[in-house]
Amino acid sequence: MKLLLKGGRVIDPSQNIDTVTDILIKNGKISVMKKDISLPKTDSGDNLKIFDLKGKIVTPGLIDMHTHLREPGFEYKETIRTGSEAAVAGGFTSIACMANTDPVNDNRSVTEYILKQAHLAAMANVYPIAAISKGQDGKVLSEFGDLKNAGAIGFSDDGNPVTDSGLMRHALEYAYSFDMPVISHCEDKGLSSGGLMNEGLISTQLGLPGIPGIAEDIMVIRDIRLADFTKTRVHIAHVSTAGSVYAVREAKSAGVNVTAETAPHYFTLTDESLKGFSTNFKMYPPLRNSDDVEAIKEGLRDGTIDAIASDHAPHSSVEKDVEFEYAANGIAGLETSLSLCLKLVDEGILTINELIEKLSVNPANILKIPKGSLKTGSDADITVIDMNKKWTVDADRFRSKGRNCPFNGWELKGKAVITIASGEIRYTDPEF
Amino acid sequence: MDLSGKDMLGIKDLSREEIDLILDTARSFKEISTRRIKKVPTLRGITVITLFFEASTRTRTSFEIAAKRLSADTINISASTSSVVKGETLIDTARNLESMNPDIIVIRHSAAGAAHILAGLLEQSIINAGDGAHEHPTQALLDMLTIREKKGSMEGLKIAIVGDIAHSRVARSNIYGLTKMGANVAVCGPAMMIPMGLDQMGVSVHYNMEDAIKDADVVMMLRMQLERQKKNLFPSLREYANLFSLNRNNIKLAKNDVIVMHPGPVNRGVEITPEIADGPNSVILEQVTNGVAVRMALLYLLSGGRK
Repeated sequence: MKLLLKGGRVIDPSQNIDTVTDILIKNGKISVMKKDISLPKTDSGDNLKIFDLKGKIVTPGLIDMHTHLREPGFEYKETIRTGSEAAVAGGFTSIACMANTDPVNDNRSVTEYILKQAHLAAMANVYPIAAISKGQDGKVLSEFGDLKNAGAIGFSDDGNPVTDSGLMRHALEYAYSFDMPVISHCEDKGLSSGGLMNEGLISTQLGLPGIPGIAEDIMVIRDIRLADFTKTRVHIAHVSTAGSVYAVREAKSAGVNVTAETAPHYFTLTDESLKGFSTNFKMYPPLRNSDDVEAIKEGLRDGTIDAIASDHAPHSSVEKDVEFEYAANGIAGLETSLSLCLKLVDEGILTINELIEKLSVNPANILKIPKGSLKTGSDADITVIDMNKKWTVDADRFRSKGRNCPFNGWELKGKAVITIASGEIRYTDPEF
Repeated sequence: MDLSGKDMLGIKDLSREEIDLILDTARSFKEISTRRIKKVPTLRGITVITLFFEASTRTRTSFEIAAKRLSADTINISASTSSVVKGETLIDTARNLESMNPDIIVIRHSAAGAAHILAGLLEQSIINAGDGAHEHPTQALLDMLTIREKKGSMEGLKIAIVGDIAHSRVARSNIYGLTKMGANVAVCGPAMMIPMGLDQMGVSVHYNMEDAIKDADVVMMLRMQLERQKKNLFPSLREYANLFSLNRNNIKLAKNDVIVMHPGPVNRGVEITPEIADGPNSVILEQVTNGVAVRMALLYLLSGGRK
């Protein structure tokens, strides 16, 4: 089976390519990229599928480096199958999934189970991120070596911060010796505990206990200092504050090996959205104020923030249709992420090329996975984007089991219309 | 004129005219409670459910008496634990009550926004009788009625609100209401009980009692909400009483005809000394009397539109 993608605007930041050209996919790999590929007559019918992609953008398969797939343990919220179906529907061919499952992914058997379920689903490439500490309780390191051999590609206690600075230091040193990233969920529990939303005027008006931005900043600064001191590297998850952006920017210019991601909601929404007490706007870190949103956009623009990830966190109505105080944190983000990111291009914050970089080659480099490029011979993971396609978010029609979406009903512009992983078509927009 | 919404969730959403309407209506209902036969048929056939997820003596009794004096049928449901602990969700509880066709549901809950959940879900009128640290609109209304009775109007008065502002729904509702009615509100408490952004809510913020109550027309003392506070919030009640209690010495700083208010329950000897709570300036018990009148007015106004 061959696929021929004709006439699309191919944007591959990994090779500095931005040109109208054709791509031939053969045996699951990128076979040829050149203008006006013509094939012999024998290549026809069942053997070959041709797509006319004039006016569309063709990019390396997008990578979402921060998702929660909930399996094993919380299959009623999401499974690896439904999560990876949501991924390809959102244009993502590769996703990394966090370790806060039940049991926690802190051992070989859970990592192997995740990879097996992903293989059976045969949708997106799923990259397990294992726990830094056993049980994610911040006390004892998990077996990094065994987890690496089992297929884990990084370490994170995401959902919980590593409070013990000594343990974090050892995690950074040990992971670095395997050339694997540590992804840090930055939260000072002494400042955040009991908090339900960003601390400020809105939390005061609503009578909800606040989580100050510095609860994040302080831990970002700690982790930067640790990475600097140990000459290792650290990746900061879901940056939500101006303070974090400044800290990362300063550290980068001082030569510290630090990378950072943010999520679409942190540059799209503010804590003003909480005014109706809707639990779909409840997440960790919480939605911040407009100064933070501006700082994050500036951080994206100047390259301080390397990647955008959805922090896809599906929940069922059992966790969300309750009093705000009792509701679980998180939003189902895989199927809206790309369209929200494209708003940054519309607003002139990023060029489309810079955006694709933050959704493909940058996360691939941070995670050290062989993805995010259309080089000849590489896996044929490709996303085709229609920049002009208008659509309305309808959470009831998500592939994800999660309906917890703060953007439900929003009119968005631009989305993935074809998603190809390993040379197989995994998603086609029904209207394409 | 009618109230614009079907519910009473908070003072923040009310206009000055709506507040006046409620207070005027309450004033006219107040007389009923002084009659020998304290009952009028106004709300005959109306069913009022009070749904209390938090302990309350004053507020619930007040709602029940208000409804009964207007001849409404009242049913009181108290859940000593939150819905999460009990196993049934708030939404399920609400749906079940709805199925029995009440007209008005009064809810108190420890979680901010709980009344909003019901209001969005049910056709019935929802009255917020206190949601977490968010709002307690009927308390603010009865406070405003009391001030208006004593001072004629709220316009231009200096009103001090002293105590644990961060955890107080009474403070929030009163700040919204009193600033709308033209009062100068001075808020005071220990620094860790003054929430961020308070100075953007149209009030002046003070950290010592003397500044706050100087020349005040009204001093409103709040209860220390020990049950809502984190453990390490404040050194001790002794320290609190030393710095933030209203006593016979500091009350001299206020105007001679100052009125002293407290939403209750009073922690005698903590935020207020007994001689001030029981003294000639105290209107604490009149607040309670006015609570019935204000709640009668609200029940009447909210059921009026749909009869």
